[in-house]
Amino acid sequence: MIPAPFDHVRPDSLGAAVAALAADEDAKALAGGQSLVPLLRFRLAAPSTVVDLSGVDGLRGVADDGDALRIGALTTHHEVARDPLVAEHCALLAMAARTVADPAVRHRGTLGGSLAHADPAADLPAAALALGAEMEVEGPDGARTVPAPEFFADYLTTALEPGEVLAAVRVPKLTGWGFHYEKFTRTAQAWAVVGVAAAVRREDGAVAEARVGLANMAPVPVRAGEAERACGGAAGAEDLRAAGALAQGAGSPPSDLNGGADYRRHLAGVLAGRALARAAGMEAVQA
Amino acid sequence: MPDIRVTVDGVRYDDQVEARRLLVHHLRRLGKVGTPVGCDTSNCGACTVLMDGVSVKSCTVLAVQADGSRISTVEGMAADGAWHPLQTAFHRRHALQCGYCTPGMLMAASDLLQDNPDPTEAEVREGLEGNLCRCTGYANIVAAVLDAAAEMRADGPAAAQAPAGRTPVGGGAA
Amino acid sequence: MTAAHTGRPLPRKEDARLLTGRTRWTDNIEPPGTLHVAFLRSPMAHARVGRVDASRAREMPGVAAVFTGADVADEQGSLPCAWPVTEDMVTPPHPPMAVDEVRYAGEAVACVVARDAESAADALEGIDVDYEPLPAVLDLEEALAEGADPVHAGAGTNRAYVWPFSNGDVDAAFSGADVVLTRRYRQQRLIPAAMEPRSVVCRPEEGGYTLWSATQIPHVLRLMLATVTGIPEHDIRVVAPDVGGGFGSKLQVTAEEVLLLLLARRLGRPVKWTETRSEGFQTTHHGRAQVQDVSIAADADGRLRALKVDLLADMGAYLMLVTPGVPLLGAFMYPGIYKMDAYAFTCTGVFTTTMPTDAYRGAGRPEATYAIERIMGELAAELGMDPVELRRRNWIGSGEFPYTTVAGLTYDTGDYEAATDRALELFGYHELRAEQERRRKGGDTVQLGIGVSTYTEMCGIAPSRMLGELNYGAGGWEHASVRMLPSGKVEVVTGSSAHGQGHETAWSQIAADRLGVPVEDVRVLHGDTRVSPRGLDTYGSRSLVVGGSALVRACERVVDKARAVAAHMLEAAEDDLEFDGGRFRVRGTGRPSATIQEVALAVFAAHDLPEGAEPSLDSEAAYDPSDFSYPHGTHLCAVEVDTETGAVRISGYTAVDDVGTVINPLIVEGQVHGGLAQGIGQALYEEAVHDADGTLVTATMADYLLPSASDLPGFTTDRTVTPSTTNPLGSKGVGEAGTIASTPAVVGAVVDALRPFGVRDVPMPCTPERVWRALQEARQARNGGEGR
Repeated sequence: MIPAPFDHVRPDSLGAAVAALAADEDAKALAGGQSLVPLLRFRLAAPSTVVDLSGVDGLRGVADDGDALRIGALTTHHEVARDPLVAEHCALLAMAARTVADPAVRHRGTLGGSLAHADPAADLPAAALALGAEMEVEGPDGARTVPAPEFFADYLTTALEPGEVLAAVRVPKLTGWGFHYEKFTRTAQAWAVVGVAAAVRREDGAVAEARVGLANMAPVPVRAGEAERACGGAAGAEDLRAAGALAQGAGSPPSDLNGGADYRRHLAGVLAGRALARAAGMEAVQA
Repeated sequence: MPDIRVTVDGVRYDDQVEARRLLVHHLRRLGKVGTPVGCDTSNCGACTVLMDGVSVKSCTVLAVQADGSRISTVEGMAADGAWHPLQTAFHRRHALQCGYCTPGMLMAASDLLQDNPDPTEAEVREGLEGNLCRCTGYANIVAAVLDAAAEMRADGPAAAQAPAGRTPVGGGAA
Repeated sequence: MTAAHTGRPLPRKEDARLLTGRTRWTDNIEPPGTLHVAFLRSPMAHARVGRVDASRAREMPGVAAVFTGADVADEQGSLPCAWPVTEDMVTPPHPPMAVDEVRYAGEAVACVVARDAESAADALEGIDVDYEPLPAVLDLEEALAEGADPVHAGAGTNRAYVWPFSNGDVDAAFSGADVVLTRRYRQQRLIPAAMEPRSVVCRPEEGGYTLWSATQIPHVLRLMLATVTGIPEHDIRVVAPDVGGGFGSKLQVTAEEVLLLLLARRLGRPVKWTETRSEGFQTTHHGRAQVQDVSIAADADGRLRALKVDLLADMGAYLMLVTPGVPLLGAFMYPGIYKMDAYAFTCTGVFTTTMPTDAYRGAGRPEATYAIERIMGELAAELGMDPVELRRRNWIGSGEFPYTTVAGLTYDTGDYEAATDRALELFGYHELRAEQERRRKGGDTVQLGIGVSTYTEMCGIAPSRMLGELNYGAGGWEHASVRMLPSGKVEVVTGSSAHGQGHETAWSQIAADRLGVPVEDVRVLHGDTRVSPRGLDTYGSRSLVVGGSALVRACERVVDKARAVAAHMLEAAEDDLEFDGGRFRVRGTGRPSATIQEVALAVFAAHDLPEGAEPSLDSEAAYDPSDFSYPHGTHLCAVEVDTETGAVRISGYTAVDDVGTVINPLIVEGQVHGGLAQGIGQALYEEAVHDADGTLVTATMADYLLPSASDLPGFTTDRTVTPSTTNPLGSKGVGEAGTIASTPAVVGAVVDALRPFGVRDVPMPCTPERVWRALQEARQARNGGEGR
């Protein structure tokens, strides 16, 4: 499998990257390449120019930005999974990052690349959605911020306009919350049949607030709003399982090789209950 | 065509490559054919090499992305005529049959052990998730990695980098 | 002979090059001036091929030539099928490149030859093909129905053949039985997925061609290439260099091998092609793909009376090398290890518009074993009997060998009691049954299931006489030669063609013991028709049993020749010499002795040889076994099934195999492990799926799921040993045992976990969704039943 020919540029600034992308409507941005390179090999993507972002300073790393963390788009899954700030304030992102593909892919694949590729079966978009992340976008008309629900527009489609680059992800600190990412796969390195990203805030031994992001339950990551609302006041695993079961109604799941829509709905309900109970520390996490 | 400079197993190669050239194809054109290609979706891991010290799938990295980097392949694993403890353990434990996955498996295992020198069996299995083997059922691979880990810990942290304490090439190789 | 090396876990000689990246894969070979080949493949499963316009491609940079099917129609011949299983079998022509019609997605319609792989890939986009779609034919029963769309219009039918077998009065046995069970099992289509993709290099040279190929069968391939192309056999040299696994998928004469030979002839230049993985998943032959209707009759006490099997076997679009014979290799194995009065079997081969099926690890025998072991589990449940007890009541007792089964095979040796008792003990069978009961009573979300597989298989393919009776196009002998070098070192040449099995090590062990030389002094040569001119290659767990036996015979001839010279050297009569540990001694005397390596030097010098002796100890032998060998064993699997999600986790697996005499236990255990992984793969993960148009939708490793280290359990293995009596080694073969035994053990365990809910089957692979659906259906059936 050999990609079709393309030109390669490696700009050294975000402005230059934006200019390069804006100058050529068939150009494509390259972060870690773990999604793009296979597409190039199958010639499913045949850009005229690949704009390699690796030369741009400041796109990598996690910074404390007051009430949020600012994570550079080129921060790898490996780095997100191990970052102490992420672990302290939004460990859900690390939990999801740890489940992406395998170690070698996590060494190259990036947070920004995964979000911008917007595969509905991907893990990080669901986690970003549950965490209320915002995308910092740089474009020909300057910078703008796009909240996660607007960023994921459709199947493999984001709100990024031609020439725009996802520069960083702002993740609000949910310090003290409990988290769990429950990924259900057919084999260890397969994509999620369904993934559930759960975040839970407890007060006085009961759940005060919960967020549930679902992977592969729609063309875009979706929140299980009904399940979230039903969590309020939950005092034990049974309550959360019952609340989680309402996730069945979320989204518009696909039917494919890995499962029919009805099975996915059922799974989402079961897995959301488990993820919530584990996030709340009300059920042991299985090894 | 872009100019790239890549150091492979300690030798610097300066070349012009097509932008579309995959790192694994670049390595193979350099004569470094010890790293094979097994798939086109980055699932099988046969092409795993270390890039600046960490494992990557060289079929899913463009050669231009490797510009300026240091690549380690299975061909450079033995040093000064001595096998790496992983190679010795794979041999002793019969952790390979056809051997096609072996280069990638060894590189993934070396990355795993440098990250976690004392893994559990489950951690070894998880660490090798991105490397498929069709012959062994993995049981002996897992055993070999655990053996090598124990040996490398006993030899001290230097053993991972330095040839001291290694088995001579051919030792036990009959 | 001394047995210093037999049974010793010697780490493999092969490993040194494989562990250091110095392996010689076909794709590593590139003679100077090599041109690269890429194939344009049909995106449609079934279509008439109209105009193929390659004019744009021919003008593209780096392109040396483009050939369409029509361009090579006169010389490409038809790919061979070596197994006409019936006299009236329909064998449609199989052009290596489609000329006027394509019959599976991926079939080649044109090829580009270019200066490098990039140019060849680019130029494929410069070829325009007009396809006129024809109906896809996918379902086996629909394909056989009256008025079905034909795969081969000229054949007038999609039925390739019907092959019946019966013994005993089946109807009487069924009508007189207390219990009759009927089940339908589906053997899903599998992709063998050897880790090394196929690759072919062909170089024209003075007086012929050298063709390197990632093949299991260099000898068969050479003969077939000569037959198909008309190039004389002695002008073709086939080399199988290091080959990265096969599992039957490289037991084939492929379109690409034939075409590269033709391209090398046309262009006078070396040519090379290596498949991509997704190309290989589409166009390297597939395995299994059968529908099995199985009925069993038994008495109330569990004694088996009869078995009936109706098989539909998906041939795919064409009959390749042994396509039609694969299901018949299972025909004789459905009765398994059990005694019964009558057996009837019918197999119908069916054409579909899919990649042809052919041998995949086990080839017919896993399917048979699956059916009998699954239905034995069902019968035990029906009778309320422990599944192990049901087997005990029916298996051939250890005192009853040799035993001729209802299928007409004579099993030479076996001890099913010993293997089963050992397996039960290692597995902790009774403790796990107690744990299962506890979980059932407690209504646990995660239920425990136990699967039992007491299998046997037919190995050592094969006695040429029996292959002839089955209309197979060749024999089943194997060849070996032994060269004693002047320094006493030994070169063994074998016709077996290893591709991961470790013949270089095991054959060294055999020769070292038989000749009494150090194992380091033996080198094994194979896989090159110029080095090893005679052989029938490696498949069907035959190499040790047949090829190893040929080596034993060749070694015996070396020793016999050496004995005459040693007697002369020691001034003794031949009959007075004993040979032990590589040394000839005069029996009962303290007189001097000579090692065989000293004799080799004396023979080389030839200064003082006995009257009439020729100056060579070199010997060869071709061995044809008198019968098959029959490994057996007992496999037990424990699974945990999450009844909420349908997820299955193997929590324990015990395999006790009896493969007869073991030469190298490391290699044997490795074969068992790898076999288990593939059998478990079929049970839980793998399936080649086509959409309604006949497009393979599992064409990459992202969609065709192969188990990783995290998906498989650790295995508990042990062996019992009852040596085979059909070959001088006493070995039975081990290459396919794990695959044959494990699939029914795993699926049986899944069904066992769910039986209290009313589940009787989960189709393979038992994906979480299918487990969940089986549970849903069983619950609904139960609720519906109660409501009525």
